[in-house]
Amino acid sequence: MESSELKGGKDSQISDELSELRMESSELKKAKDSPISDESNRRSSFPDEVLERVISLLNSHRDRSSVSLVCKDWYNMERWSRTHIFIGNCYSVSPEIVARRFPKIRSLTLKGKPRFSDFNLVPQNWGADVHAWLVVFAAKYPFLEELRLKRMTISDASLEFLALSFPNFKALSLLSCDGFSTNGLAAIATHCKNLTELDIHENDIDDKGGGWLSCFPESFTSLEVLNFANMTSDINFDALERLISRCKSVRVLKVNRSISLEQLQRLLANAPQLTELGTGSFTQELAQRQYEELESAFNNCKNIHTLSGLWEVKGLYLPALYPVSTHLTFLNLSYAVLQSDELAKLLVHCPQLRRLWVLDTVEDKGLEAVGSNCPLLEELRVFPADPFDEEIVHGVTEAGFVAVSYGCPRLHYVLYFCRQMTNAAVATVVQNCPDFTHFRLCIMTPGQPDYLTNEPMDEAFGAVVKTCTKLQRLSVSGYLTDLTFEYIGTYAKNLETLSVAFAGSSDWGMQCVLGGCPKLRKLEIRDCPFGNAALLSGLEKYESMRSLWMSACNVTMNGCRLLAREMPRLNVEVMKEEGSDDDGRADKVYVYRSIAGQRRDAPSSVLTL
Amino acid sequence: MERSSDKISSSSSSSSTHPIEDKPSKTAKDTCLNLKETELRLGLPGSQSPERKVSLFGKDLESNNDKSNGLSVSPLKNLVSGAKRGFSDAIDGSNGKWVFPINGKSDVELAKGAALPSPRGGLDSKSNPQQARVSVPAMKEVAGIPQSPKPVQDKKNPLPPSNDHATAPAAKAQVVGWPPIRSFRKNTMASNLAKNSEDAAGCLYVKVSMDGAPYLRKVDLKTYKNYMELSSALEKMFSCFTIGQCSSNGLPVRDGLSESRLMDLLHGSEYVLTYEDKDGDWMLVGDVPWEMFTNSCKRLRIMKGSEAIGLAPRAMEKCKSQN
Repeated sequence: MESSELKGGKDSQISDELSELRMESSELKKAKDSPISDESNRRSSFPDEVLERVISLLNSHRDRSSVSLVCKDWYNMERWSRTHIFIGNCYSVSPEIVARRFPKIRSLTLKGKPRFSDFNLVPQNWGADVHAWLVVFAAKYPFLEELRLKRMTISDASLEFLALSFPNFKALSLLSCDGFSTNGLAAIATHCKNLTELDIHENDIDDKGGGWLSCFPESFTSLEVLNFANMTSDINFDALERLISRCKSVRVLKVNRSISLEQLQRLLANAPQLTELGTGSFTQELAQRQYEELESAFNNCKNIHTLSGLWEVKGLYLPALYPVSTHLTFLNLSYAVLQSDELAKLLVHCPQLRRLWVLDTVEDKGLEAVGSNCPLLEELRVFPADPFDEEIVHGVTEAGFVAVSYGCPRLHYVLYFCRQMTNAAVATVVQNCPDFTHFRLCIMTPGQPDYLTNEPMDEAFGAVVKTCTKLQRLSVSGYLTDLTFEYIGTYAKNLETLSVAFAGSSDWGMQCVLGGCPKLRKLEIRDCPFGNAALLSGLEKYESMRSLWMSACNVTMNGCRLLAREMPRLNVEVMKEEGSDDDGRADKVYVYRSIAGQRRDAPSSVLTL
Repeated sequence: MERSSDKISSSSSSSSTHPIEDKPSKTAKDTCLNLKETELRLGLPGSQSPERKVSLFGKDLESNNDKSNGLSVSPLKNLVSGAKRGFSDAIDGSNGKWVFPINGKSDVELAKGAALPSPRGGLDSKSNPQQARVSVPAMKEVAGIPQSPKPVQDKKNPLPPSNDHATAPAAKAQVVGWPPIRSFRKNTMASNLAKNSEDAAGCLYVKVSMDGAPYLRKVDLKTYKNYMELSSALEKMFSCFTIGQCSSNGLPVRDGLSESRLMDLLHGSEYVLTYEDKDGDWMLVGDVPWEMFTNSCKRLRIMKGSEAIGLAPRAMEKCKSQN
């Protein structure tokens, strides 16, 4: 599922926090709690009621940040009207500070661990436990309605606490989180009488069984969004069927693999109003009549625009989807092992597609079909089916990438896992699609050059940053010298997120990036020859960024200590390996700005300098 | 950089001490098989053809191998030096047992190449044509193959002295957290693909590798009823690397070898067919009833002789404990 909600898209929350802190520590401390003051009445050009109304219409965090910096009154007006808060790094601010500033929060989005924790680079007990937040919020925001967590730890006890502390609680979304089991979900189902959304996606969940779903009381009817696609246990289908029938407002339903095609048909029959569907297993043996019923059920769902699931898909049954395919804008086949011809046949029926996620089993031929059939495509993600099996060579190559670019000029988001690439192909791709905002290319063998010319892939990424002026996010791979980073520093003026692995030749590379990308917010680096000189060249920069991650580079403990000393408003955390010596290499470094000071919940393996 | 051609047929013997360097060959045919070298010959113990300094796949051979006379079925014989290579089908006809010495773990560096048969169930019509077309396109791919997956090897690669993946031995050292796939997806795909192979659609695809072969194949165990069928299928699949020539479309050309001669040659080889079972142990193929074998076989490996020591007894013990 797309995590765009959590990304927020505009999340310069912390920069506001920093500036507000400075404001707060001065005269603003004396600002009245009421949003209306006599002084401001005389000064402002229009009545507070109007101002309040206007500001309350602002949804974007960045807009709200800007507004809050105008003057005291606007600051107060904004803080009183903000209902949703987005915190990109849970350690950048404390729940107490949040509660003090914003009295009326109803919805909270929190992100925790560094992104590389998704790839097992962060120790298990690193932190980002949400409980402290819940405790404060139970006192300060008893009317809290929504909680969206990404890469946080949440225990069953916390889930139960949540369910019991917030009577108006409506929406829970957990993405890439850990620490909980299905017992926690049972507590949510049991106690949250007003729940509209339960979205449990790609978490490290201790799946003890599907009984949690049966905990929704029979009187419960408010559900709108239910996603348990990534859970493995069987659930009680009768309970699910009854739940869906009585919840007339269900619009998003993503079931797990335990749901068969026949069961899916019954669910669809009860919920023709669905807009997003995640199927279960797509491979049951169906009799003709059953197949027709399935097709008819899909035919009745006129509003489905997002389709996912299709676990264990049987190509034979894909035509049942054709009635729905014509309206599809987002098709997530990233767990469906499809071959190129199966995909091609399906895509003929998907002319409206904007977003497509596939496995590389579809190969270049499948991608050619994408290019031929989906002219409106904006986002493509190609995941590897066998990423760790070096003995298997299939998947996609540069040819597929180029084919898509010819057919889909509107492409602006790509995530592409491949085993070979060339500079020329990437140059062609960006020439065809100059509007990339997110370009994530993963050549799966570390440090692999252009396989035709054996040159570094510098020119490929050079072409990307030169051509795609709107580029916000870039992930590089392959054999890269400092030249790549010179290009990035020179051209990538809108770049916000950069991920680097097994690349670069010297400190100069990282220095170019830190010196050149004015909008850089997140920099994550692993296995690169960047050392203290590079780290310290960003001293001034890090306070304007959310975070920096460096692992398996050449940074030493002393370098980190120097950074910590020079920049007291940064938290410099070093994750130590067992038995490594204190003055040697700092193997994993995580640097982030914070107004909450050093965190107190770090485990012993994490040193804050 | 010569990475690609280096990879074509380089492989490392488990007990070899020298790195393998192949003379870079440019044509598909040449890389498919060094013709002379693949010619099977029987030789007397201790003799070694002077020109056969390279193995089937261009590998330098140990010079101090014992050479079996090719007719022995002892699992403990060492590698024959160069004189014989063959897909060893030394089946003891009476009980269908494969009697090969077994390599513990193959550390063959397999170059990337094969378009493998589809792992999808019920698509037999697909897998056959794919098998036919595997050889030549695979070789072409091989020519363009990127460098070794091991990041340490290339001197030109400016990798930092990171210790995540430094100095890995021939066994593939997986880099932690790379490629950057979420654990959830990683685990799901692993089980997803495994399930796909084994689901009710009725196939049981397992990989088959052969020491020294540049790529793997996959076979569906459900399409065979017994060991004989399996062995003849494997023999057909891998004979390309052992005897005779590949024609231009990649199909092996028997070139006048009769079946009985083929069997003689195969009997004479020191290759062993082994499989990895559900517990991760490597067993001799043929020890257990066919059904039990298909239920527990996870992958097949045609291994060279020398590391078979100890395997047969283990296999028998295991069989006993299973019974």
